[in-house]
Formats: sequence, C-alpha cells, structure tokens
Amino acid sequence: MSAPFYKLGYFGDEVSLILAFVLGVGFGFFLERAGFGSARKLVAQFYLRDLAVFKVMFSAIVTAMLGVTYLAWIGYLDLSLVYLVPTFWSAQLVGGLLLGAGFVIGGYCPGTSIASTATGRLDGLAYVAGFAGGTLAYALVSPALEGLYKSGAIGPTTLPGALGVDRGLIVFAVVVIAVAGFAGATWIEQKMAARDAAAAATAGE
Amino acid sequence: MSSAVPATTHDAAAARAPAPYTNPYLAGVGLGLVLLAAFVLVGRGLGASGAFNSTIAWMMSAVAPDYTRDNAFLSGYLTADTHPLKAFLVFEVLGVAAGALLSGLLARRVQVTVERGPRIGVRGRLALAFLGGAMMAFGAAFARGCTSGQALTGGSLLNLGSWIFMLAVFAGAYAMAWPVRRQWR
Repeated sequence: MSAPFYKLGYFGDEVSLILAFVLGVGFGFFLERAGFGSARKLVAQFYLRDLAVFKVMFSAIVTAMLGVTYLAWIGYLDLSLVYLVPTFWSAQLVGGLLLGAGFVIGGYCPGTSIASTATGRLDGLAYVAGFAGGTLAYALVSPALEGLYKSGAIGPTTLPGALGVDRGLIVFAVVVIAVAGFAGATWIEQKMAARDAAAAATAGE
Repeated sequence: MSSAVPATTHDAAAARAPAPYTNPYLAGVGLGLVLLAAFVLVGRGLGASGAFNSTIAWMMSAVAPDYTRDNAFLSGYLTADTHPLKAFLVFEVLGVAAGALLSGLLARRVQVTVERGPRIGVRGRLALAFLGGAMMAFGAAFARGCTSGQALTGGSLLNLGSWIFMLAVFAGAYAMAWPVRRQWR
C-alpha cells in the first residue's frame, strides 16, 4: 500500500494544508467551469430545464468511485485509511431534506456559494452570510437538538457493507444507473425545451 | 458579407462576451479527478460546510472561550495546540474561491451582479439567498456535511449515510421547487 500519503506519514500537517489549498483551486475551477457559480444554472436542475447538476455530480462520483476502487484493487490505496463519515441515517435524512429545500430557496450550496461570491455574485455573498449566521444559530441551539443530531447512529457504513453484497456489484450498479440517468436527463431537457417553445409560440399568437 | 456591424466591433464584442460553460461530463470528470487526488494524497475528500463551522468556532472562542469549549458542536472544531483556522477545509475553501475566480476570469464571467429570476427584485432575492443559506446550515449540521462533503465525497466512497442524504437532498429540492417557482421563473 502506497496511499493515502498523508495518513501513511509521507508528509506533515503543514504540507496537507498547502495541498488543501491546491485541491480547493481545482475544485473551485471545475465548479465555475460547469457554471455552478450561477444560482439560475443550479436551480434549473429542479425545474427540469438544465440537468447539469445531476450530470456533473454523477460524472464526478463515477470518476472518483472507479478511481478509488481500482487503486484499492491493485493494492495501491488503503481504503480503510480514507475517512468515512459515520452514518446517522435519520439525522442525515432530515438534514438532506432541509438542505435540499434550502437549495431552491437560496440558490446555492456552501461550495458553489463560494465560487459564486468569488466571481462577483452578490446573492452568493448573501447566501454565505446566511450560512454563517445559520451555523452560529445552530451552534447556540445545538444542545436542544442533540436528540435528532444523534439519531439513527450506525457508525461508518458502506452500501456494500449494509446490503451484504460485493463492492464491485454496487460499483457496477452505480455506473449503470448514472449512464441511464445521463440519457434520461438529456431526454427530459429536450422534452421541456420543446414544451417551452410550444408555450412561447402560443403566447406569441 | 452584408453585416451592418463592422467586423472589428463584432470581434471585440465576441471577445468580451462570457465563454460558454464547459460540457457537464467533462467538468464532472475534472471534479472527480480532483476528488480522487484528495483521497490519494490526504485520505479524505472535499468539503465546504466544515470551513464555516471552523470559522464560527474560532469567532466564538474569541468572544466566549468557556462557552465554546463546553458547546459540543463548536468544541469539535477546536484543537488544544493549533489555531482553529489551521484546518484542512478552511484552506481548501480559500482555494475554491481562488480557483473559481481563475476560471471566471479566463471565461470573462466575473461580474458584480445578482443572479435572479425575471419576477423578483434584488432585495427579495438577497433575502431568500440569506434564508436558504441559514436553512442549509441546519441541514448540513444534521447531515454532518453538505453537497461536497457528503453527496460528492461520501457518494463516491459508497457511504451509506451519504446516499441517504443525497436522495433526501433531491427529494427536498424538488418538493420545494413548486412553492418558490416565482423566484426563478
């Protein structure tokens, strides 16, 4: 096993912070390239006009998933050393619903709001202020919310582990779902574009 | 050519116009390779909300050090011997801003503006951006991460909780899309 480098002690904390910045540059660069510095581009996903959020997200997930899977398989990357956020299924279910609802209201998620602010969007800056204020508010009331926060705890768990099936099978299934999803997403975009064009023509008569 | 616009003016206008966005699959593969590099180099993925948590924990520790140490949520972002802002995600998020600015400059997309739909005013849009951000702070706290740290990172590691979270995000967003449609369409 040769990786992960930091966990195996090839370099210290200082270097890891420099790498954090460099990795962030790559992250921000591709977010902006994809158009995710724009709230209208992002929320178009939820009005089915532009499904780039799904396409970018699942291309990224499939790429990184295949990468770690192959690197672990050839014995290069020790997957057990890659940090896995513990599962708290009900807290994460509620958190996801809240975050999704907030996404269409705010127009961004935390990462894209940074990209948006950096390219001059004032609504991105308002979102950043809201997220910071919300984080402070959460911290202040967190003792009262601890029941929900700690609910559904089952520790670090993977899909293959939870379902009791081979990792390769899940990887294959995710790739198939993603590719089918890409085709479906383009089909939906074309349908909606045709519908909008028809509506515009009717309105123009 | 019978164009009324002189060629030089036309070319100058084209040079100033924002470049089109990158193909989503190409941008996604690029993002995925950055994420993969994070796994290999440091053994963790990308994130964003954690940087906000570190920043708030740092500010609170300056104002109310005892309270911050006793607060279970905030104390998780404090360490005994290093500054709270010397955190992986704080440096990563600074990089996100730099990388986005770089991409935006190259594509002529850097502009001071407010992204909004045709029916909403600037004030209304800014208020909703703030409100949505505040809501998502609670969501990210419960979920222990946001679209970056949970959906993208945990999704590619096949983390059970991340997939539950990701499906819930899409469900919550599609459910809320109709009530707030006048903000965007």
